[in-house]
Amino acid sequence: MNFEYSDEQRMLADSANRLGADLWPSSDRLKLLANFDDLTARTAAQMAELGWLMLPIAEDDGGLGGSAVDVMAIMEGVGRHLIPTSYVANAVLVPALVSGDPAAADLLAAIGEGSSKAAAGLLEPDGGYDLGWVECAATGNGADWTLTGEKLHVEDGADADWFVVTAKTDAGISLFLVRADAPGLTVSRFRAIDQHRHARLKLDGVTAVLIGEAGAALPRVELAVDKAICAHLAEAVGSMEAALAATLEYLRTRKQFGVAIGSFQSLQHRAVDMAIALEEARSMSYRATLSLGLPAAERRRVVSAAKARVGQCGLYVGRQAVQLHGGVGFSDELIISHHLKRQMMLDCAYGSAEHHVARFVALQVLGA
Amino acid sequence: MDLDFTPAELAFRDEVRAFFAKTVPAEWLTRVRAGLRLEPADLIAYQKALAAKGWGAPTWPVEYGGPGWTPAQNYIFESESARAGAPIQFHQGLELIGPIIFTYGSQELKDRYLPGIINADDWWCQGYSEPGAGSDLASLRTTAVRDGDHYVLNGQKMWTSYAQVASHMFVLARTSQEPKRQQGISLLLVDMKTPGIAIRKIETMDEKYTTNEVFLDDVRVPAGNLVGTEGKGWEYGKVLLDRERMVCSATAIHLPQVLDGVRDAARTRKVGGVPLIETPAFAAQLAQLEIEAMALETMVLRLLADLASGADSGPRGSMVKLRWSDLYQRATALWMDALGPEAAHFRALEGEAPADMPDGMQGALYSRVTSIYGGSSEIQHNIIARRALGL
Repeated sequence: MNFEYSDEQRMLADSANRLGADLWPSSDRLKLLANFDDLTARTAAQMAELGWLMLPIAEDDGGLGGSAVDVMAIMEGVGRHLIPTSYVANAVLVPALVSGDPAAADLLAAIGEGSSKAAAGLLEPDGGYDLGWVECAATGNGADWTLTGEKLHVEDGADADWFVVTAKTDAGISLFLVRADAPGLTVSRFRAIDQHRHARLKLDGVTAVLIGEAGAALPRVELAVDKAICAHLAEAVGSMEAALAATLEYLRTRKQFGVAIGSFQSLQHRAVDMAIALEEARSMSYRATLSLGLPAAERRRVVSAAKARVGQCGLYVGRQAVQLHGGVGFSDELIISHHLKRQMMLDCAYGSAEHHVARFVALQVLGA
Repeated sequence: MDLDFTPAELAFRDEVRAFFAKTVPAEWLTRVRAGLRLEPADLIAYQKALAAKGWGAPTWPVEYGGPGWTPAQNYIFESESARAGAPIQFHQGLELIGPIIFTYGSQELKDRYLPGIINADDWWCQGYSEPGAGSDLASLRTTAVRDGDHYVLNGQKMWTSYAQVASHMFVLARTSQEPKRQQGISLLLVDMKTPGIAIRKIETMDEKYTTNEVFLDDVRVPAGNLVGTEGKGWEYGKVLLDRERMVCSATAIHLPQVLDGVRDAARTRKVGGVPLIETPAFAAQLAQLEIEAMALETMVLRLLADLASGADSGPRGSMVKLRWSDLYQRATALWMDALGPEAAHFRALEGEAPADMPDGMQGALYSRVTSIYGGSSEIQHNIIARRALGL
């Protein structure tokens, strides 16, 4: 048993912290957000230069074949500095979805060098977060397919050049690759409260390329999403750590009634509960990430447990960080509210705590 | 002991219900349900409609323009307002400064300012908090120095909500330095057009323009705009402790509106092809909130009964505020769950966002400040410990 980073992973963590401190300093968030497009472009360029985009791509696909723990080392830094990046969707989720298929070789090369971005459309209007709820229809055969349907939400998909989407063929749930500018595809773009940019897709006879075997996509989709979830868990942990650190600093320096407010026992106890929530979340993040190689049912059980619990812990820490800061915590001029908003959206992404508790019920409580 | 209304109260309820049915436009509904304030222009129009009916100041005595209602009538009015999707009236004039003016102000101040509050010709904002004086308000440092017929104000106020639209501000400022910090504080009424007032918007996490910093630089206020006696301003706040039971009660009575919003969102959206509201896990969470909301409603009724009989209800207003802010936060968090993946679609970069999403999400964000403003939850706990439990 070993919960330590290797030297290489420590270097990744260090470089993530440097990139964050350099491009996304916490002191003037609103000014950074006013310059969003430029800063995110510079962030993506640096990530490409550092090899991060290549890291999660398998060696057989021409990537560096980095491990989930390597990704964790980066993502804790992303969370700590609240870097609004599409890294998880683009460089973790999509490569895991399309890995091994020659039809995706060009796409993976482009993702790895940072010349294209991709995102995955896996959720539909009546399915909630259920990856197996697919009504989008695929017709055709061989290299020649067209898709018709709707994808309700594409995480970090607003600026994607390519979409990987699920659709149903006669054989069942399958994966397809679609160009963002394909005729018949309507992309609606949205901004979330944490500044991430997402998309909704309407597909009306859109030309697509089949990825992998028709009808056999669901297990691959579930594994890829579990990997993306683990990257998000690490991001949540990094963000919680930063929010707690800023709160402790505030408790030590803010004075009311003639004393530092950190001298009040009720606030001390709250800070302790935040520290416990962070420790709990970190433990669950490690546990889920280290379980990604287990058989599917066991892996999904652990990942769902971690997703639910880290979501709850993250919301607790984010909300209490705002509460203990009082009015300035609610203002957007401090970094604190931005941590809470990211925690709120991380809890939703790839399934809310509620969804994952339900999945856990099916796998453990009823399924065992 | 009974929960029944008298025939006269039931007749009053029908009258109120009919009034709201023709006064409240449907387009207010999702904002109101999310617990969000309407835009100032809408709130002014609403207040003017109430004033025209003679209901502009539901809790005020008749002699100052109130309808002279009993607490039961006030409850009926608020619950019918909630039922109809009406907003809560803007409270800073009606519930915060109005009662202080009619209790402690000169006849001249009463004549000058009370009608403007009822008719929404004036909009009041509160100049209390400062950068160094939040929960510890008595440490405020803004000064008011007498100069002939004027007081000259200097200092900085913070969290002054709606200063950007207000015509007037009531300000706590120090008129003398006394050994006890609560002494030497005076209450002044300030016209926002007075030279020397500068406003800076504070960006807040709900992306809604509500609150400001207000800088006071040699602001000259006529001495006649002092409320009551110089140096006694701190004590005038006490009249509000009693009245804030009404404010807390009104917000609590409106809580079912939020639950209606959650219920609608959960009916609209499907999971696995089934309306979310029919899934046992979600239904159980909503039921839990409904149960706690019922407890809160009954707490409010007991509070109003105390008010009717003139009994001291101690710090039960604090209890209502704590329970309400907790329920509002949890209800809007559940609303977010009901939005599902669309919770990430806050603003459309082009085109339109889902119909109820921006309001539901803004409510979830805004809800976080309700356990901070008006005496934070931590301060409310202190009040209850001290006043009710003798600790």
